[in-house]
Amino acid sequence: MIHIDGILAIVGIWLVLALAALLALRATRLVAHWIFPAGAALGAAMAGIALDAAFAPPEVAQLVLGLPGLPMHLRLDALSSFFLVVIGAGGCGISLFSAGYFRSQEGTPPGLLGFEYHLFLAAMAMVVLADDAYAFMVSWESMALSSFFLVTANHRVASVRQAGYLYLLIAHIGAIALLLCFGVLQADTGDYRFANLRAQHLDPLWSSIAFGLALFGFGAKAGLVPLHVWLPEAHPAAPSPVSALMSAVMLKTAIYGLLRVCLDLLHGGLWWWGVVLLVLGLASALLGVVFSTVQTEMKRLLAYSSIENIGLITAGIGLAVTFHAYGMTSLAALALSAALVHVLAHAFYKSLLFLGTGAVLHATGERNLGKLGGLIRSMPWVAWLVLVGALAGAGLPPLAGFVSEWLLLQSFLFTTALPNPFLDMLVPLVAAAVALVTALAGYAMVKFFGIVFLGQPREDKLLQAKDATGFERLGLAWFALGTLAMGLMPVRLIDLVDPLTRELVGGGLAAAVHANGWILLAPSGVERASYSPVVFLAGVSAGIVLGLLIARRLYHGARRRALPWACGMGPQAVALQGRLQDTAEGFGQPIRQIFEPFFHTTRTLPAPGDARPYYRVVIEDRIWLGAYLPVARLVDRVARTVARLQQGRISLYLLYSFVTLMVMLLLVRR
Amino acid sequence: MMPSISAAAVLAQLLEVALALAGAPLLLGWVDQCRARLQNRRPPPLLQPYRVLRKLFQKESVVAESASPLFRGAPYVKFGCMTLACAIIPTLSTDLPLATAADAIALVGLFALARTFLALAAMDIGTAFGTLGARRDMLVGFLAEPALLMTLFCASLITHSTSLANMVQTLSQRPFALEPSLAFAGIAFTMVSLAENTRIPVDNPATHLELTMIHEALVLEYSARHLAMLEWAAALKLFAYSCMGLALFFPWGIAAGGTPQDMFTAMPALVFKLAVGGMTLALIETLSAKMRIFRVPEYLATAFLLAVIGLLVHQLLGS
Repeated sequence: MIHIDGILAIVGIWLVLALAALLALRATRLVAHWIFPAGAALGAAMAGIALDAAFAPPEVAQLVLGLPGLPMHLRLDALSSFFLVVIGAGGCGISLFSAGYFRSQEGTPPGLLGFEYHLFLAAMAMVVLADDAYAFMVSWESMALSSFFLVTANHRVASVRQAGYLYLLIAHIGAIALLLCFGVLQADTGDYRFANLRAQHLDPLWSSIAFGLALFGFGAKAGLVPLHVWLPEAHPAAPSPVSALMSAVMLKTAIYGLLRVCLDLLHGGLWWWGVVLLVLGLASALLGVVFSTVQTEMKRLLAYSSIENIGLITAGIGLAVTFHAYGMTSLAALALSAALVHVLAHAFYKSLLFLGTGAVLHATGERNLGKLGGLIRSMPWVAWLVLVGALAGAGLPPLAGFVSEWLLLQSFLFTTALPNPFLDMLVPLVAAAVALVTALAGYAMVKFFGIVFLGQPREDKLLQAKDATGFERLGLAWFALGTLAMGLMPVRLIDLVDPLTRELVGGGLAAAVHANGWILLAPSGVERASYSPVVFLAGVSAGIVLGLLIARRLYHGARRRALPWACGMGPQAVALQGRLQDTAEGFGQPIRQIFEPFFHTTRTLPAPGDARPYYRVVIEDRIWLGAYLPVARLVDRVARTVARLQQGRISLYLLYSFVTLMVMLLLVRR
Repeated sequence: MMPSISAAAVLAQLLEVALALAGAPLLLGWVDQCRARLQNRRPPPLLQPYRVLRKLFQKESVVAESASPLFRGAPYVKFGCMTLACAIIPTLSTDLPLATAADAIALVGLFALARTFLALAAMDIGTAFGTLGARRDMLVGFLAEPALLMTLFCASLITHSTSLANMVQTLSQRPFALEPSLAFAGIAFTMVSLAENTRIPVDNPATHLELTMIHEALVLEYSARHLAMLEWAAALKLFAYSCMGLALFFPWGIAAGGTPQDMFTAMPALVFKLAVGGMTLALIETLSAKMRIFRVPEYLATAFLLAVIGLLVHQLLGS
């Protein structure tokens, strides 16, 4: 009982903070220096409580809020605890950063942002606590609405309003699917508590329908292909801490929902569900990463990278579902652990990267990669901390992103003969796709970090860029240290997800891993595979030290600073260096060429005798052009047809009413 | 608990690292010599790479004014990564204390880590060549990395392990049998190694032509000790790749026990295999022409597909 009360208390105080922020609408200093740090402390407390609760038996509670006779049921089990850790830890760092980020005279007053922000946090916590469909949907919609208002914080810009509209639209279409899903799950009993839904064992057809609806609803929120189009619009539109919160935490609530419905309420289901998840996940991952490498705006690049990561997580879940359906418990636990570790790792490093873009945006006012560059010299704090995130995002050892990649590849590799030969053939292909995606993610991350922070400034004003403020540095450091710590202590991560995999697929890795101590990660025996990030880091460090010692011992020359070599053209060319280096378009060009079928490219070439030649390439998403625009046009046409009824003349409307009345009366007489 | 570590294993480990550090430039010199002979040129001395290193260590180091610490640190990071790579790839013995720290997947990650740091360092100065090199190197990397991973997986599927030491041990001890999947993997591995070690047909280590260079563009701003570290690291990388290929596809002669006597028999076997491997590399380089940079993705995609076909063949034929 203790844990859930603590969590509820924190949610309550978040709501109080939200109200307080609303009262202190324009008192920027009060909101920034008191309310946001208080929210951060609460986030840390929530993560702490949830960490403890993960190992405790499930707890339930009831809130008297809600409709008469229909209280909100809440339950804190291993699954919700894990996601509360994500929400708490993510919220803590992002709130710390926000304390230094939100300033006055930037669109929406900070108090209002603080209100929506804390409401958003509280709603996300309630989503994972909810234990009946009613409480779930209320929290889910509060989450969608509060985040919509956060996205449209800068609502005076037309493109921001459009992005917000698209987000709201897709969120609501998804919510309808979820409502229907719960409707199917309750199987005519009229009781929407999750305990009852769990007790209904639906036949394969109906459970598959419920799964399809859940996949659609949660996929819309998570950004799975083809429902991903809102992500690259909404993330750049929102203020950076909000993008971080949405990308790192909110997308994960959709993963939570998918796990809850698919593996808990539907008990795992059929094997082909897993294949559907796997294929959709990989399609999202590949599309996301390919698009992220060709972006020219830093937040869009990161938004596409989020699609990629969600795809990888979904692929891991898909694999776990298939294994679970075939009764291969330890493999299911391995794949699910990989997905969950990635949930946590992605929450940390993607927050770090998004917050970094926020700091850059504030310092330079620029989000276009083509106008940034060289910020490592004027903003060393941000640059070095973001470097940790970029390396983790590239899936490099010994950071957090690599652990999940490693586990995921292990689960592909040690797939013992599946009962279905078609699946057996699929496994190597899928492993190859995962390997390709992670390598491409490295490309995208090098592009992001290299273009923003390295090289020569592409604009003069960048030289005056100011480094992040104290609170901002704290927030960034929280995530950077977390990324590093998670990468170095994968065994602790396995411990954390172990109760959860036990609950969902009936097996865990903790026992196998503990046999080798905390330093070595070997989920299926040392002789099969092992990875020890601490020793790895020590080895690389030893190598570096050795190199330094050798250089010191053998080196006799002096050191001199000079201008970089500019093809022998002297100082005037050096002044042009900023323009000579690759642009964002240039760096992504090889990928654009190789993966040409992915994009819809429109090129405008200059005429041969053009005095001011202008070369223009527009890259668009084929899914947007092929699936969304036709639907939008259809809706538009239908609306226009219906609009013919509206002539704006009152006599005509009276006629409509009269005719309707007549028809009704006729019907009633029958 | 960590598996117990014997003194002989530690000795083997130290010997391996020392051998790699000292012997890697020699392998490079040997390849250069073979190539020169095959091309009817007068060969450079076998010890030429050492002379180059000595020369570089004695020169004045010129660093660009705008260079950040990332630029100066990257050569050491690459050197550290390559040293660790040489330490975990079983060359002399399969009983290595460090082998549990990183398996095949982590090894690929290690190469990627080095590549990423160097690409970032090349972008740090912000010259046209630096970013060009970084872009091209990442282009090679994003296809070569998964291809390398897949070739290693072909061996992993046969040995049921991703631990390099165990893979090599199992491969060397099993009765001789032709594995079709390993044949595919072997071809793919050769193709990837050529690309990763900046060899013809993908890159030419002996040219500074802006239309074609990849690795040389990447390190263009480096001089003196930094360049020496990079050259040495490149030699270590070639050494690591050669040893990895030899250990996986020709695993005979590697000591399983790790006693000093075993190591003494393993040493000549390794030297012989490396000599033959170096000659083969020189032969491939002489027989093939440098390809256009736009053809490189095709070439690497072929390698990637071959490796995946190897995996599929293994699944089809059953283990």
